[in-house]
Amino acid sequence: MFQFIIKKLMLVIPTFIGITLLTFTLIRLIPGDPIEVMAGERGVSPERHAALRAELGLDQPLLVQYFDYVKNIASGDLGRSLITKTPVTEEFLTLFPATVELASCAALFAILVGLPCGIIAAVKRGSVFDHSVMTFSLTGYSMPIFWWALLLMLVFSVNLGITPVSGRLDVTYWIDEVTGFMLIDTLLSGEEGAFASALHHLVLPSIVLGTIPMAVIARMTRSSMLEVLGEDYIRTARSKGMAPMRVIVVHALRNALIPVITVIGLQVGILLSGAILTETIFAWPGIGKWLIESIGRRDYPVVQGGILIVATIIIVVNLLVDIMYGVVNPRIRHSK
Amino acid sequence: MSLLEVNNLTVEFGDGDNPFRAVDQVGYSVEKGEIVGIVGESGSGKSVSSLSIMGLIEYPGKVKADTLKFEGQDLLAMSENKRRAITGAEIAMIFQEPMSSLNPCYTVEYQISEALKIHQSGDKKWRRQRVIELLDQVGIPDPESRLKTYPHQLSGGMSQRVMIAMAIACDPKLLIADEPTTALDVTIQAQIVDLLLDLQKQKNMGLVLITHDLALVAEAAHRVIVMYAGQVVETGPAEQIFSKPKHPYTQALLRSLPESSLGKDRLDALPGVVPGAFDRPIGCLLNPRCPYATERCQKEQPTMQGEGVRQVRCFTPLDEAGRPSA
Repeated sequence: MFQFIIKKLMLVIPTFIGITLLTFTLIRLIPGDPIEVMAGERGVSPERHAALRAELGLDQPLLVQYFDYVKNIASGDLGRSLITKTPVTEEFLTLFPATVELASCAALFAILVGLPCGIIAAVKRGSVFDHSVMTFSLTGYSMPIFWWALLLMLVFSVNLGITPVSGRLDVTYWIDEVTGFMLIDTLLSGEEGAFASALHHLVLPSIVLGTIPMAVIARMTRSSMLEVLGEDYIRTARSKGMAPMRVIVVHALRNALIPVITVIGLQVGILLSGAILTETIFAWPGIGKWLIESIGRRDYPVVQGGILIVATIIIVVNLLVDIMYGVVNPRIRHSK
Repeated sequence: MSLLEVNNLTVEFGDGDNPFRAVDQVGYSVEKGEIVGIVGESGSGKSVSSLSIMGLIEYPGKVKADTLKFEGQDLLAMSENKRRAITGAEIAMIFQEPMSSLNPCYTVEYQISEALKIHQSGDKKWRRQRVIELLDQVGIPDPESRLKTYPHQLSGGMSQRVMIAMAIACDPKLLIADEPTTALDVTIQAQIVDLLLDLQKQKNMGLVLITHDLALVAEAAHRVIVMYAGQVVETGPAEQIFSKPKHPYTQALLRSLPESSLGKDRLDALPGVVPGAFDRPIGCLLNPRCPYATERCQKEQPTMQGEGVRQVRCFTPLDEAGRPSA
């Protein structure tokens, strides 16, 4: 197991180099630089522009800039935002809980809805339920996030007035930040109704962000379950005379979960990238919105650093997923 | 009262006006302590008929029967719960592919004790003791150390022993063995067969032995049922079936044994294959392959004829010399 983890970690290094190269080049391919964006329509004199570029180190050859950047990463320094002058790591850490909160709720929604739907669809294959689940999940998967978000907002927030349009908390509450997770902070504050308000604000964004993962999980669970239900050991289980429920839950589900766990792990990437759109639409103060804004401001260190951290998280989650296999599947646990 | 009584058992797949009959009006019975061999080519309905007795035919398969009784209780009329209480406890089954018939996610102990947990009372300690006993009975050396092994750590022969331990866990009165040795290599086959026959004798179980292996049936079975294309074509005491087959198909099966072709260049074979869903002939199902087929065989389906246990489905049953009677 230890060797397995080391081997996986070794594979991460080239991925990292690739990410730094990509973000570094792509952000610089966008026309305009941070100084022009800061100056806006007023413009800036060529002399002042050159002086500021020199101050930010942007006058150096690209290769030199890149190696400076990599050297700093290696020593754990992701640099400071060109605009706010605060360290990227610090900005990230303040905003990250909001994204984690949203992504976790979305993942929870996706798993709690997707998994049972997939299981029932497989067990009752060919039924009306099966067909509707598959149709809905195909629709959910193909629906662009922003369009889905606007539709839900229009119906539930504007027309029906059930849910708030945007933000994390009603403006009438003021909550001290302790953990950064609004659900926890509102509980800690003890303020009446604050928790409900936070939950209320989470519903729509979570559904929007969780729709694609839910569709993927439901379809994957269904096909995996169908395959497992046809296996010989399911027949053996049934020949022992156990209740159908036990056959499904104890004998089929555990085997069917192996590919589903992979898919759930892969969804973390989708959740974090999906968060960029969802957060922007729902004015959710997380890293997605932060990254979009910093691209607009050509805030090179923030874009580079932010993406690097997000990529790291995705890599770590995938590593955890690999380890999880071993827990579920004894054949992997025992092989070297 | 017979242990198992089957009459006019039919299993159909597919819906609409023209479903495929995998098992067609099969009838037989098994007495307590009796070994019944079911033989026939692949696709002749041997497995499906026994799966239907276990209640393991799933949608879209449909099971119909005039009688399907176990110890006088009608299996088709009783509630699902009651039937499940019999399945796995009173009637147990072992399958063809031991390697894939065990759940890869659970240990040997878990899978055997599960059968005990479902059907019998007794605490965890008792169950563990019983599992060790069972593993010992099926000839697994050092059973205690095997409790925590997973199926992928077992060989084919070992897996089949575990399957047998699982099947006999609740002391069933009837054991159905569906080609228990087909997937194993020859040396192991003999061991598994010996084990099954030993256990059958010890526990005085009824044993339904489904197999391609005619030699095994000749040696072990009291009674033989020959199936072809979902129908029973001949039944009778083992020695009569083997010495004086009455159905041309039984004769062909016996002639295909290497022993009957000693001194010849080629083994005897019955040309053609078992008809499937789309090429079922009119008349006797064997007529396209039968060397003795007459015009009548191509038009009418023969019914089972004969007295008692010795029955044959043929218009012109073979005589003692192996020629069709007029």
